[in-house]
Amino acid sequence: MSHDAHAAHDGHHGEGGAAHATRKGYVTGFLLSVVLTAIPFGLVMGGVIDDMRITAGIVMALAIVQIVVHMIYFLHMDTKSEGGWTLMALIFTAVIVVITIAGSLWVMVNMNRYMMPPMPPASAAAPMSDMSGM
Amino acid sequence: MSDAVYQMIFGRLTLDALPLHEPIVVATFGVVALGGLALLGLITKYKLWGYLWSEWFTTVDHKKIGIMYMILGTVMLLRGFADAIMMRLQQAMAFNGSEGYLDAHHYDQIFTAHGVIMIFFVAMPFVTGLMNYVVPLQIGARDVSFPFLNNFSFWMTAAGAGLVMASLFVGEFAKTGWLAMAPLSGLDYSPDVGVDYYIWALQIAGVGTLLSGVNLIATIVKMRAPGMSLMKMPVFTWSALVTNVLIVAAFPVLTAVLAFLSLDRYVGTNFFTNTLGGNPMMYVNMIWIWGHPEVYILILPAFGVFSEVVSTFSGKRLFGYTSMIYALIVICILAYLVWLHHFFTMGSGASVNSFFGITTMIISIPTGAKIFNWLFTMYKGRIRYELPMMWAIAFMLTFTVGGMTGVLLAVPPADFVLHNSLFLVAHFHNVIIGGVLFGMFAGINYWWPKAFGFKLDRKWGLVSFWAWVVGFWTAFTPLYVLGLMGVTRRLRTFDDPSLQIWFVIAGIGAAIVAVGIAAFLIQIAVSILNRDKLRDETGDPWGGRTLEWATTSPPPHYNFAFTPVVHDLDAWHDMKSRGGKVPAEGYMDIHMPRYTGAGVILAGLSLVSGFGLVWHIWWMAGGALLGVVGYAIWHSFDYDRDYYVTADEVAETERAGRVMAGA
Repeated sequence: MSHDAHAAHDGHHGEGGAAHATRKGYVTGFLLSVVLTAIPFGLVMGGVIDDMRITAGIVMALAIVQIVVHMIYFLHMDTKSEGGWTLMALIFTAVIVVITIAGSLWVMVNMNRYMMPPMPPASAAAPMSDMSGM
Repeated sequence: MSDAVYQMIFGRLTLDALPLHEPIVVATFGVVALGGLALLGLITKYKLWGYLWSEWFTTVDHKKIGIMYMILGTVMLLRGFADAIMMRLQQAMAFNGSEGYLDAHHYDQIFTAHGVIMIFFVAMPFVTGLMNYVVPLQIGARDVSFPFLNNFSFWMTAAGAGLVMASLFVGEFAKTGWLAMAPLSGLDYSPDVGVDYYIWALQIAGVGTLLSGVNLIATIVKMRAPGMSLMKMPVFTWSALVTNVLIVAAFPVLTAVLAFLSLDRYVGTNFFTNTLGGNPMMYVNMIWIWGHPEVYILILPAFGVFSEVVSTFSGKRLFGYTSMIYALIVICILAYLVWLHHFFTMGSGASVNSFFGITTMIISIPTGAKIFNWLFTMYKGRIRYELPMMWAIAFMLTFTVGGMTGVLLAVPPADFVLHNSLFLVAHFHNVIIGGVLFGMFAGINYWWPKAFGFKLDRKWGLVSFWAWVVGFWTAFTPLYVLGLMGVTRRLRTFDDPSLQIWFVIAGIGAAIVAVGIAAFLIQIAVSILNRDKLRDETGDPWGGRTLEWATTSPPPHYNFAFTPVVHDLDAWHDMKSRGGKVPAEGYMDIHMPRYTGAGVILAGLSLVSGFGLVWHIWWMAGGALLGVVGYAIWHSFDYDRDYYVTADEVAETERAGRVMAGA
């Protein structure tokens, strides 16, 4: 990951290539991944938290942390590798993923609100008043 | 043989799958079979199999792969256009109680196949082919970053095309429209093999498209000639970079949505069904998240071609280079913010529709800026009306109208009137033919002399040009009119006799386009026959400005004996104006990749696997898939992948090239 380590292997990689892998890095990444997998597994299996939504939130959050761990320790990404292209690609990916997920949720939630027939007859009045406000 | 054993061997494939009861298909099969046999016979007679295998099928040379993409696109254009002519004929006939000559079963397959083929197997191969051929030459590279992957990508695309073609004669194709919208494409409404052909053809070809995108991005990022900073890159290469970024970001969405659909169809999940919590609207949403960037994937390379052509044939540096690049980047992001305009009518409400209507209108700003840049490039230029330039001008006139009708459709209330009408059909043909296809013809006429060392015949080129332009307008103006009158798309028969005249005119337009396609093929044939007269010996027949014109035509397989050093935008123009000369000695060994048949084998196995999946022949699907994985692993142990062209050979090739160039 340092430039010194990199210079020693110039025969294999051009200037500004990907950061280098080390055994220590792989072990660290592996241990972190195990821990980050074991926690959600335990939470779900043991039913530690009563509220399912909190459990789901924690699982999602740890999943995102694990993505970052993979990127750093297994994909050797940092802000400088490949002359900044890796970082730029990551930012672009993040933007597209956010647009896709947030956009889809917005579109689908609105559609359900306006287009789904109200299921229990008792609550029919609420969505109808929304429709008139369109 | 018991049914169970039969099913184990042949899945659901029976003799009934052969469409023997459809005379049109049988006749088509006859023609294709005879033509195919004649072609195979000729290849065998002239003993060309070895040549084709060792020089073309196994090639890793980006130039030959580019040419193969163009051939694939042209062949599939004929198939897609045959579908178009059949639709036009049916719609012109089916009035006053007449059923026309196509039954609904056949007609629905035809409009689906037309769309799928024209987008995935005509426009995409043309675009990828041009990028493959031109980009490495423009950036002064010897090949793409991953030459074998490039060969593999091509054959995966070809395998997808093969699966679509197979559906014509074995079983049937989807009857769902080109995006196979759920729940119509689900098992309940499409239990036959059509949608399965659709899914696996696109999945196999999609692997090729995605990998070719990765390949070209890596090439452009890592292999530019020394001195070529990003802002000194030719505009076509810039458009290729942005296009491939769009491909890499968008195609996985298509892969995912088709994977969900195939899970619904194969293992009984309910992602997109009407029941059990399925949500067909999610299919529409997801497929357009891919589908909208896809149209920019098609049009941006065409914009790149026009930028090169307009600049070259006006004899001027492109006006507003920097703004062109920023327009490309802005389009790249905005392309992901407009997808809902394809389904305003689905009912997400006023605020959602307004947002996507406005983003759609905004995206026309960078596009409009590009049109003005081309016009300003022409302003006070010394314009030469060669064929590529004529296509460029026809594009500007045609595409602008298509763009305006697009902005009209971007207004949600207007869209509620025009949604799914022939107005929409006219609009997207207006931008895809007037933009993408005209761009591809400009590119083919422009770079042909580079690829083969002789220009294309002008007379037949003009016939093709005028027939396409006139034919396009004759075919699609009536559809705009019909759409405004409220005629919806994909109809097979009509009740109102007053509409017939418009469909007849549209049919005549399609016939004129047919002349344009024939003239294009004749143009190529005539040019090959007259190649000695049309020979270009300079390697730079148009007074080009970018690096591809710095090498001989056709370029040696290593492209450049010396890697060029770039000091300015329009590097070749810069070199010429400073009187630079290509050195004639001091050659060095050149490191090159070896040809390999692995791409053909892997793609062939994928095709077999796809066929097995379509017909539920599990042993075939699984066996071929195992073959793909096993062969790929085995191939990865093949270390003999490169060789050196010695300095002596380079000197010999360069001398021969220069003798031909008359220097």
